[in-house]
Amino acid sequence: MVAQSLLAAISAEAAKYNARPISAKISCGRLYSINEEILCFAFEALAKGTPCEGLRLMIEQKPLQVKCRNCDKTFEVDINSEINCPGCGSSDLDMLPDSPLLLEEIELEEKD
Amino acid sequence: MFKVDLKKKILDANEQCAFENTKLLAEKKIFCLNMISSPGSGKTTILAKTITDLKDRLKIAVIEGDIKTDIDTQKIKTTGAPAVQINTHGACHLSAEQITAGLHNLPLETLDMVVIENVGNLVCPTDFELGENAKLVVLSVAEGDDKPAKYPAIFSKARVLLINKIDLLKVVDFDLERVKTDARRLNPDLKIFSVSAKTGEGMQNWYDWLLGQHG
Repeated sequence: MVAQSLLAAISAEAAKYNARPISAKISCGRLYSINEEILCFAFEALAKGTPCEGLRLMIEQKPLQVKCRNCDKTFEVDINSEINCPGCGSSDLDMLPDSPLLLEEIELEEKD
Repeated sequence: MFKVDLKKKILDANEQCAFENTKLLAEKKIFCLNMISSPGSGKTTILAKTITDLKDRLKIAVIEGDIKTDIDTQKIKTTGAPAVQINTHGACHLSAEQITAGLHNLPLETLDMVVIENVGNLVCPTDFELGENAKLVVLSVAEGDDKPAKYPAIFSKARVLLINKIDLLKVVDFDLERVKTDARRLNPDLKIFSVSAKTGEGMQNWYDWLLGQHG
């Protein structure tokens, strides 16, 4: 579903500019179950025979952010480690919403 | 060669549809839970028991998501509650569009709650909003106490965790406290109820929470 939506979005943009898509950058939070290898494989398979065939896909995973309820400091965390606020040491924390799955930008080439 | 800056949500179509579901549910004053777990954790048994025990206080309907069969829908229907089956034919999660169709096949005017029993899978359903008010994650003690650490996303996004099959605690190595600590690390406000849908142990606390959600 992610690869399908991605292909549709990139194809629509390329058509709008009447250009050929070369590469696309996407980003998502750590909590998304996005595996780069699998997504690229699925995209490649779906893109075959479309103007997106051969497109280079780059995926950036954004770190999880946590806000301390005690001192309001916001910091990045690794999900599987013990977490305390680096500012005040408190463990009373709020996890901030995970970054959404975004199509950040695409690179296009004018058709000859 | 030129770049186009987009910052476009890739799952926008699903989210738009989820938003419409939320609007419809709010209009009808229905509270909606998206129930997520591994296969075999006891989701359907929990629902059947809950519906039966709260029969006089809450009108609950169920949208069942499964890859194949309507076994779960049949089980829910024995309680007298309305239930609709969605077969995904291989897809590992439900999407918002399928819920829209499911909602239109339920007697919404008569309902207090809709529970969506997602496809048994601790991973993919987490990423797809359906329009629910809250996610409910179920973990049975037979699955092991390392699940919140291994599958952090669902335990981070859920509002409630039901630890089911606690009648089996005597025969499995399951550290309840470890699960609670790991789950609360990134979700300090997570409500955790330890239950056995089979014996009824602990179910009352879960019912109290559920009744509290219905305005």
